[in-house]
Amino acid sequence: MTAVSDPQSVAALAAEAVDNRVNLDFETEGMTLNMGPQHPATHGTLRIIARLDGEQVISAEPMCGYMHRGYEKLTEVRTYPQINALINRIDWLGSFANEVPFILAAEKLMGVEAPPRAQWIRTILFEMSRIANISLFLGDFGLQLGGMTALFYAFRDREWVLNQIESATGGRFHPNFDRIGGLKDDLPKGWIESSHTAMDKLLAFCDEIEDLLVGNEIFQARTRGIGVIPAEIALSYGLSGANLRASGVDWDLRRDNCPPGLVYDKADWKVWTHPDGDCFARTWVRLQETREAAKIVKQLLDTIPSGPVMAKVPRIIKVPEGEAYVATENPLGEMGYYVVSKGDLVPFRVKIRSASFNNISVVPWVARGAYVPDLISILGSLYFILGDIDR
Amino acid sequence: MTLLLAAFDPPYWLSTLIKVVVVSAVVPTTALILGMVFLFKIMSWMQSRLGPQEAGPRGTLQLLADGVKFLQKEDISPNGADRWVFKVAPLVVLMSTLLLYVALPTSMRLVVADLDVGVFFVLAVSSLSVIGVLMAGWASANKYSLMGALRAAGQLIAYELPMVLAVVGVIIQAGTMSLNGIVFAQADGSIFGWGGIGFPYILTQFVGFFIFIAAVQAELTQPPFDMPVAESEIVSGYQVEYTGFRFLIFFLAEFATAFAFAAIAAVLFLGGWAVPWLPTSSDWYYVLGPIVLFAKVMVVAFIIFWVRFTYPRFREDQLQSLAWKVLIPLALLNIVVTAVFKVVL
Repeated sequence: MTAVSDPQSVAALAAEAVDNRVNLDFETEGMTLNMGPQHPATHGTLRIIARLDGEQVISAEPMCGYMHRGYEKLTEVRTYPQINALINRIDWLGSFANEVPFILAAEKLMGVEAPPRAQWIRTILFEMSRIANISLFLGDFGLQLGGMTALFYAFRDREWVLNQIESATGGRFHPNFDRIGGLKDDLPKGWIESSHTAMDKLLAFCDEIEDLLVGNEIFQARTRGIGVIPAEIALSYGLSGANLRASGVDWDLRRDNCPPGLVYDKADWKVWTHPDGDCFARTWVRLQETREAAKIVKQLLDTIPSGPVMAKVPRIIKVPEGEAYVATENPLGEMGYYVVSKGDLVPFRVKIRSASFNNISVVPWVARGAYVPDLISILGSLYFILGDIDR
Repeated sequence: MTLLLAAFDPPYWLSTLIKVVVVSAVVPTTALILGMVFLFKIMSWMQSRLGPQEAGPRGTLQLLADGVKFLQKEDISPNGADRWVFKVAPLVVLMSTLLLYVALPTSMRLVVADLDVGVFFVLAVSSLSVIGVLMAGWASANKYSLMGALRAAGQLIAYELPMVLAVVGVIIQAGTMSLNGIVFAQADGSIFGWGGIGFPYILTQFVGFFIFIAAVQAELTQPPFDMPVAESEIVSGYQVEYTGFRFLIFFLAEFATAFAFAAIAAVLFLGGWAVPWLPTSSDWYYVLGPIVLFAKVMVVAFIIFWVRFTYPRFREDQLQSLAWKVLIPLALLNIVVTAVFKVVL
């Protein structure tokens, strides 16, 4: 393995791979194909400028910003509880996971710690939003490759998780439940039992998807060996989350650098990696991750402590002067907030590090030499949410 | 009533008129039936959702409502389009579908034209649709359309061969190319001297049946062979610029062709309009024949649509290599084995 810190070796590696991949034996007159901003494979408004030679992609350049909502600027004129409602909309499929790193950063600055019960519930809801996010990926990737049925199964079984999130927080997609110093409310009655049922349904759904889609020969033909991202390239482009683990890098913030306030060390679980780095590996890692998340939730549900869910914090929240960066392992990868406070009601500056923006930056490298259908496999398996790219 | 039908011998002009009216009524009807039963009801059942519920009893009239909606839409042709070719292309595709129904026997005399080379005719006219597809893709002046049309052309040519070769086994076994003749051969045949259920050719030609169904899927550009119209990458390919009733014609042609191919498969492999224990000369087939054929078509169509709703799609090169490296050698082997048995037995 070459040293990642050496930019020259990375550049040489990239050049070598690119040269081998583009086949120029049958060079024809080129064609520029604009995929998007309105295109079914881009989940929204990403635009890919693809330069084609026949069906072969010579270069692909993602253009983002069509959905830029200026969240980083908006945070400067909103109080901390208001920002919480705003950042729900970044990765809209796993909303609760967006709140947690920001709240943890604010807690770090204020020196507050949530009570144990709140930490447990936070972790459970965090993993539930991961399941809600990735279970939809498993169906949606099937749709990208032409297998429509998986999508409807995913929508059907995602309801189990969304119902649990809704009954606990009041919001199906945008909970806005996390507070500095704890949570808005305690869990409703009977929630723990119904969550166990929901997790069992989700585990069954994972088996079903594995039978229907991941084990399918055509699916494997479309994904195995397609869009291979070696570990060095993945690291140098700043990939994170399942995309990085699928390239064989054993790196998970939940285990390696878990911020205080989340209790992943209280559950017994495993970080899955895959050596191949292709589209299939990325799907497979996500499938296993969904299972692990369901297991984490089930274990934490059994060990949840009693007590209050809110620590003592002042009614009007003023964060003392300072800087803090907290990152967590969100469904899409590393998501972090760099919060700079000047001791005011509003933060001075918030930098949002969202995973999808870095994850799609590898598209120009990995799409070279792929066919147009493979470009869809690559985009689908890299799995981005437009709100997470453009913010 | 059956006797009345048997004695009915109209003059040439009247019979021609009846045939034209019947075919032009049957084609949209079959498309509607397949669309309603499979695209709406069976598909939503397989995908654990309800499907259309509001239009008509249990949503059965949804497709009619959709058709009326399509007719109301503006007929747009893009600025850079070759207007004349763009407008004619759907009709070319539909014409190929209409011609398929000409040779389709629904009983001994209920057939538009009982051709001696029925199988040959059917396979020949079915490939005409590729001209319409190419016209549509080229005339649309859209990159997605062009890619879709070229993919469709490559695919239809590649899958025409295994389809023809798969049918050759049946022709060898029946000793005739007439579709009615193949039905008679199956109805009058016997399995090792036992003529209880005749001799449906699927018993010996199951390889041919499998190849035929796979090739039909490809001809219809349905999943797993729907690369030419892949909506998640080239956004429905050659249909992307079509609106209103011209899009409706593409839709009609696709489903009517699916019905026609299912009927051809039923005739070639499942005994067509004949049922066991009722001799083919019976007058009852004037009424029973179409019903029996329809039932068998639904069985075959169920297989076609089941696969359609389950599998992801092949990539274009994988699809070509499947045709040239797997299906064609398999079909040739099937022909050799069938011929050997024909000579030996």
